[in-house]
Amino acid sequence: MDYSIRIAGEAGQGLQTIGAALGKIFSRLGYHVFTHQDYMSRVRGGHNYYQIRLSEKAISASRDVIHILVALNIESIDMHRLSLHSDGIILYEPQNDEEEEDEQFLATAFTQIAKDAGGNKIMANVVAVGAILGLFGFDLQVAEEIIKESLAKKSGEIIEGNLKAMQAGSDYVRKNCRKLDRFQTVEAEQDNLMLINGVQAIGAGAVMSGVRFYAAYPMTPSTGIMVYLAGKAVDFGIIVEQAEDEISAINMALGASYAGIRAMTGTSGGGFALMTEGVSLAGITETPIVIAEMQRPGPATGLPTRTEQSDLDFVIHGGHGEFPRVVLTPGTPEQAFYAANKAFDLAEKYQIPVFIQADQYLGDTEWTYRDFDLSDLSYKDYRLRHKDLAELKDYKRYAVSSDGISPMAVPGESRHLVVVDSDEHDEDGHIIEDAETRIRMFDKRLHAKMERLRKEISPPVLYGERTAPEIILVCFGSTYGVIREAVDILGKDYSLAMLHFSEVYPFPALNEFDYADYLRKARSTVCIENNATGQFNRLLRAEMGIACSSRINRYDGRPFTLESLVEEIRQRL
Amino acid sequence: MADEKDYTGQTPAWCPGCGNFSLLATLKKTLAAMDIPPHELIVVSGIGQAAKLPHYLRCNAFNGLHGRALPVATGISMVNPDMKLLVTTGDGDCYGEGGNHFLHAMRRNVNMALFVHNNQIYGLTKGQASPTSRQGMKSKTQPFGSLSSQFNPLSMAISQDCGFVARGFIGDREHLQHLMTEAINHRGFSLVDIFQPCVSFNKVNTFKWYKERVYHLEEEHDAGDRMKAFQRSLEWGEKIPVGIFYRHDNNRVLTDDLPPLKNGPLPLQDFDPQETTQILEEFY
Ligand SMILES: Cc1ncc(C[n+]2csc(CCOP(=O)(O)OP(=O)(O)O)c2C)c(N)n1
Ligand code: SF4
Ligand SMILES: [Mg+2]
Repeated sequence: MDYSIRIAGEAGQGLQTIGAALGKIFSRLGYHVFTHQDYMSRVRGGHNYYQIRLSEKAISASRDVIHILVALNIESIDMHRLSLHSDGIILYEPQNDEEEEDEQFLATAFTQIAKDAGGNKIMANVVAVGAILGLFGFDLQVAEEIIKESLAKKSGEIIEGNLKAMQAGSDYVRKNCRKLDRFQTVEAEQDNLMLINGVQAIGAGAVMSGVRFYAAYPMTPSTGIMVYLAGKAVDFGIIVEQAEDEISAINMALGASYAGIRAMTGTSGGGFALMTEGVSLAGITETPIVIAEMQRPGPATGLPTRTEQSDLDFVIHGGHGEFPRVVLTPGTPEQAFYAANKAFDLAEKYQIPVFIQADQYLGDTEWTYRDFDLSDLSYKDYRLRHKDLAELKDYKRYAVSSDGISPMAVPGESRHLVVVDSDEHDEDGHIIEDAETRIRMFDKRLHAKMERLRKEISPPVLYGERTAPEIILVCFGSTYGVIREAVDILGKDYSLAMLHFSEVYPFPALNEFDYADYLRKARSTVCIENNATGQFNRLLRAEMGIACSSRINRYDGRPFTLESLVEEIRQRL
Repeated sequence: MADEKDYTGQTPAWCPGCGNFSLLATLKKTLAAMDIPPHELIVVSGIGQAAKLPHYLRCNAFNGLHGRALPVATGISMVNPDMKLLVTTGDGDCYGEGGNHFLHAMRRNVNMALFVHNNQIYGLTKGQASPTSRQGMKSKTQPFGSLSSQFNPLSMAISQDCGFVARGFIGDREHLQHLMTEAINHRGFSLVDIFQPCVSFNKVNTFKWYKERVYHLEEEHDAGDRMKAFQRSLEWGEKIPVGIFYRHDNNRVLTDDLPPLKNGPLPLQDFDPQETTQILEEFY
């Protein structure tokens, strides 16, 4: 069982509501769900869609072929009918009586059904939900539960109306659909899965790692993190401030971090451009900070609501001067969750900026999981506090130590003074210009830390043929899911594996896993990236001296989808 | 009362005769008189001659980037509003590079005192026009004279209803101490723009130039009258008033009633990840 549903229409027509409800219903029924959204940079009108895939097996990508199209306007039919499976069906709001009617089309007057059954045309969305559930023959009980939860604050009358509207939607298709048995379903293995997207996973990971301050300036696709954390402000004591610009956002976060808490900021490429001086400030002042950089296609404003992996070079190098940093590139919400935790841990342990780099695609796509193993999270307070601080005779913020890490105190907690400086400084934090101190500071701040940091970085994951794959698909970040499924398909015909990097800077060493050896021995290596120039491929060559034998690059602002990617890979083999 | 020597920091690297020396001395005196322990004080600065001040004082210090002291101070204040917070900055640092932050720190009403060392020039970078330079002032980078009009920080602050707006002069230290004390005591954002002659690069706005022009706002000046204060802030020319132009405490301070702060400053609160585990429940 593997079905894809696409809800298409204008912004403001409620496709978000329908899509979100379906995702929740299917996952609560215990099915694996994968959703992705394609939307234009406008609040009303235009053309958007929300795609939901469900299966009884774990899935991690969107497919090109769809089984149900809900066309909220007529244009949607023309735009998407070519993607329809031969057994698929299009539910559409009828405009006049002369429209096509065959097995592939079912005129469904969502608005009229809503008015008749529920008493309000707004309930058209719920009619659509009911209609889809009806096509599969799903019992509406779980869906009713979810509607009641989401409308908990509304009157009994409204809830009742919605339930009736959903039932009417289901009844309508069950009565009028000509081939009702076309979508066979399989019982789900469990009865409740978690549905979470990349943005939520980063936010939840941050909360569970003790974030206390988040400053940002709204920018798609990073805004969701700020929205999420603002929603947790009261329950978890988090201060969220909307800064006047990204320069301010990162400097506020650094101020808060200096004051002694865990701080974070988030932005997209354009905002990160403004933050780079602040990144460098974090570097020289050794102030911990976590930065979520959610990529969208550039240059400049580019395609604001779409996806790309084109800021890799920028995030690895952004910021003048030389200082240590870590760049994590999770490929799934689960990896994003743990990446957030690791980011906070490393940022404080090493007193450095740590990046979680993702993109619109990972940020918005929802995945299902049974749960996240919380015992894998770490929390340690690395600050010098309480008695250890008070009893110290002489405190120096930048005291030189063999591991490069100096004691970080909370200003005001003791009589010791905490002095930090963006100028090169001595151990006390005061401006210096002499060469000797400069070198000592560099050796401490950069070289000593980098050496230890390398050991913190996890090696890439090899998926598929593990002994001696002849073909290796090389990737990083959000392409994990689709390439993983491509390996499942192509693995039947080829000796092939995926090598996915979820931590890219410092570049993973070979001691734990000699992936370089695999790459050298493979007959063909294909680097697959959502950008035009192959930034990861370049990084791999620069760090490891390995060049992939070919590249697949997508830079139309859209994510890779399964069938078309598989086709493209086949052409290279 | 603390001693001024308790606040002695590094040896200043300013030019001999620079107005910053008097400013620093007055600040030490103010802090000693107010008995603010150095470890309860955080001084934030950007970059410039003025911004070096925190090194020359004994205090907690964050010497950040050119123009960006105010966001850093905002972040500090929001998580630990109990610390005494000062920002020392230059006219270029605060009104030029950091102009946007100046506007928004006032709107937020961050609980802090802002001391702007206004020498009407970029000192550290050797004499270019600053936002407060006289229109027409020539320099190596303004060969035809500064083309822009002179920025008026006081009028700007009053227009934004900033709760404490004052101007001082390093040539009148007793008065300056009074202004600094009042500014530090004010709850909310306070601005003291301080005339600080740059002996090396500003050959027009010299100590003598200020001395001849500066006069105190009359005792009768009603600092609660916004329109009056605005009017007085426009005075510039042969006579230039100093003193407290405008003050009130009607505005909400940024950290007043901020729910996450209800148990006190955040840095001293311990975090227990176990208390966050319910966060994933909403995804089922
Ligand atoms: C981003 C950035 N741009 C430019 C500079 C160079 N710079 C340092 S201080 C300064 C101006 C200083 O003028 P002001 O703030 O009035 O301070 P003063 O030295 O006069 O006290 C400039 C332009 C810098 N450090 N950083
Ligand atoms: S350049 Fe001007 S402001 Fe800077 S230290 Fe010298 S006299 Fe003072
Ligand atoms: Mg100046």
